[in-house]
Amino acid sequence: MSIASVWTVLAVQASGAGAGEGAGTGATGILKGLAAYGFWGYLVAALLGFAILFGIASALPILFTWAERRVSGRMQQRWGPNRVGPFGLIQALADGIKLMFKEDIIPAKADKLLFMVAPGIVLAGMLSAFALIPLSDSAVVVDTPLGVYLITALLSLEVIGVIMAGWASNNKWSLFGAMREAAQMVSYEIPFGLCILLAVVSYGTLSLREMSLAQAGGFLNVGNWLIFHNPLFALPAALIFFIAALANTKRAPFDLPEAESELVSGFHTEYSGLRFSFFFLEEYASMFVISVILIAMYLGGWNLPFVPGSAMTGSFGAELLAVLSMLFKAFVLVFVMIWIRWTLPRIRIDQVMSLCYKYLTPIAFVCLIGTCWWELST
Amino acid sequence: MTTGGRIQEHMAGGGEREFVLDVRTQDMEINMGPQHPSTHGVLRVVIRADGEVLTKATPHMGYIHRCAEKIAENVNYDQFVPYTDRYDYLAAMNNNLGYALVVEKAAELEVAPRATWIRMMVAELNRIGSHLIAFGTYGMDIGAFTPFLYGFREREWMMSLFEKLCGARLTYSYVFPGGIANDVPPGWLDELKRFCDVFEKKWVEYDKLLTRNKIFIERTKDVGVIPSGMALDYGLTGPCLRGSGVRYDLREAQPYLFYDQVSFDVPVGIGEVGTQGDCWDRYYVRMIEMLQSVRILRQCIERCEKDTTPGEIKGNRKKTLRVPATEAYVGVENPRGELGHYLISDGTDHPYRLKVRGPSFCNLSVLEELLPGTMIADAVAIIGSIDIVLGEVDR
Repeated sequence: MSIASVWTVLAVQASGAGAGEGAGTGATGILKGLAAYGFWGYLVAALLGFAILFGIASALPILFTWAERRVSGRMQQRWGPNRVGPFGLIQALADGIKLMFKEDIIPAKADKLLFMVAPGIVLAGMLSAFALIPLSDSAVVVDTPLGVYLITALLSLEVIGVIMAGWASNNKWSLFGAMREAAQMVSYEIPFGLCILLAVVSYGTLSLREMSLAQAGGFLNVGNWLIFHNPLFALPAALIFFIAALANTKRAPFDLPEAESELVSGFHTEYSGLRFSFFFLEEYASMFVISVILIAMYLGGWNLPFVPGSAMTGSFGAELLAVLSMLFKAFVLVFVMIWIRWTLPRIRIDQVMSLCYKYLTPIAFVCLIGTCWWELST
Repeated sequence: MTTGGRIQEHMAGGGEREFVLDVRTQDMEINMGPQHPSTHGVLRVVIRADGEVLTKATPHMGYIHRCAEKIAENVNYDQFVPYTDRYDYLAAMNNNLGYALVVEKAAELEVAPRATWIRMMVAELNRIGSHLIAFGTYGMDIGAFTPFLYGFREREWMMSLFEKLCGARLTYSYVFPGGIANDVPPGWLDELKRFCDVFEKKWVEYDKLLTRNKIFIERTKDVGVIPSGMALDYGLTGPCLRGSGVRYDLREAQPYLFYDQVSFDVPVGIGEVGTQGDCWDRYYVRMIEMLQSVRILRQCIERCEKDTTPGEIKGNRKKTLRVPATEAYVGVENPRGELGHYLISDGTDHPYRLKVRGPSFCNLSVLEELLPGTMIADAVAIIGSIDIVLGEVDR
């Protein structure tokens, strides 16, 4: 988690340096202001930023686990949690508290250091990625020119943690899960990356915030959304990105690394208590992060139909509307992920690979080349 | 786990020299079970895996052996009925029936027609319940959780029907030598009719949700193919045998009860989506059998209402059951295959020896030949498609 703080410091520095590009509002503005007070200002800003990030990053998974359990309950003709709090909303919190008080078991023959560090690495990559996603024009902690490039790198950090967890557990099922995760992540990075490239080619920027800004306007204010602006190539690319995102977040039907019926629990078989909850937290947080990336690149960012782009930036109310719009879109995508998980069976590992290399990657390539042609010809 | 690599050189077909890096890795030996989510109980399969591919698999059983056959020699005939519930606990009615039939054959007991019709009803209803579990858990093995709860929804109704009939939901002890425990309660047959109507509609849901799912088909077709010869060699029975295309169903081949008076089809695997005898075929045979059971149920209800009067369930059995010294074998078609009871009696009130031939036990034997060469995920699919109940493997 210290990585997150470090990133926040870097971020504040970066945005402090480029303060000319528009005065931020809300949290970002305060952080930028603090950064003007030298080292101690940076430190306070970093801690504050980390606290805010950690709050968001842990509150969202709580909401998503609740949604997952309620939605799956609905789909399976049962209730799901409905006792703790209104509609069972606090259930995930109760579970979290339970996990916190459980004994933290480290297997006797495990590699202790790696075993303890692995969940931290998994979570740290995810939390740092949170700092980079834009929820509105100014609701972005770090707006580096590297943008989506950095996010991809941070998201890939997870696989290292998972392999460490699988190896350190000294459990053959965990090792299987870790190897599957490695193979799957490395493979799906390719279509994932190609689809990101497509968006980069279209907008000429790596910054997700600028991509979202560029999608304002057009017919009914949806005409400039990438999937409508360039439907022939961007629409299949958005679908491929979504499938690759499912694979990257280890969601069904790509949940092979933790395939319950095959590998007991996969790489986190030996984990318990708080360390287990880190993996859990990471999965749900990454669902959100990846949804936001997809929205920012393809689905119009925070722009809404019929609402002119100028009404989504500038004042505090406009920014709030943008954040809400972004959250709404992300929740819809997360809902689709949940829906898929409770409907489809799991794919076999060789089918996962052939899907990636035989279908997704070539189609993504065609889309990318097509988009280059499209951008050059229009 | 590389143990060293060296470059090998050999001539390729076109006369070109070809270099191959010969990297050998060690196989990994893993215990799948007895505490594993998808071995359907306490089956333990010791597998050797080369990466994801299995090179050897040895099933071990016996973790819940309860000496059912030995117990039979020490309790009297009626007292053994509850023990039969517990070998295939998903099809307790069918187990009761198999045991009751062998005792009746040895003691030459007659059963009232109404009791026979009711026996057929409970046997078929329990077959549906058992296949629903097979359907649901198979979905779970493949990774789909929702079909499991869909299956349990209808199974819940089936169990409540049994609860109304005999008070128990899982271990019924309802069918016993000489007849059945009690007549059906008023309105039970009507509810059973409703169950049949609703079930056929729900079956279509299963078909849409799982059977015709593209991923499910990809996962199960051409996997774990049992050719008909191999199925016969290993003595497979039930859906595992019929999935390989062999039309052999004891209800049709050696009709017991009134199975010769009802019409039904015996589904066999034809390789509809892949090869004949693959996992999907075995799965689909079970699905069709559920519909055939509904068909039998309807005919049973009709005949039972038309031909018999309520309350006439008494046969010619005396209260104390003594079986003359003789030998008898009766096999019945359980949801998982032929459940055979071989009884040797010595004129007392308890069996001299009772041998049980369990279908799951025999079907399990094919695993050792079927698993090598498949992937771990396939192994789970194959074990699921054999549909074993460990309570009956070990007895």
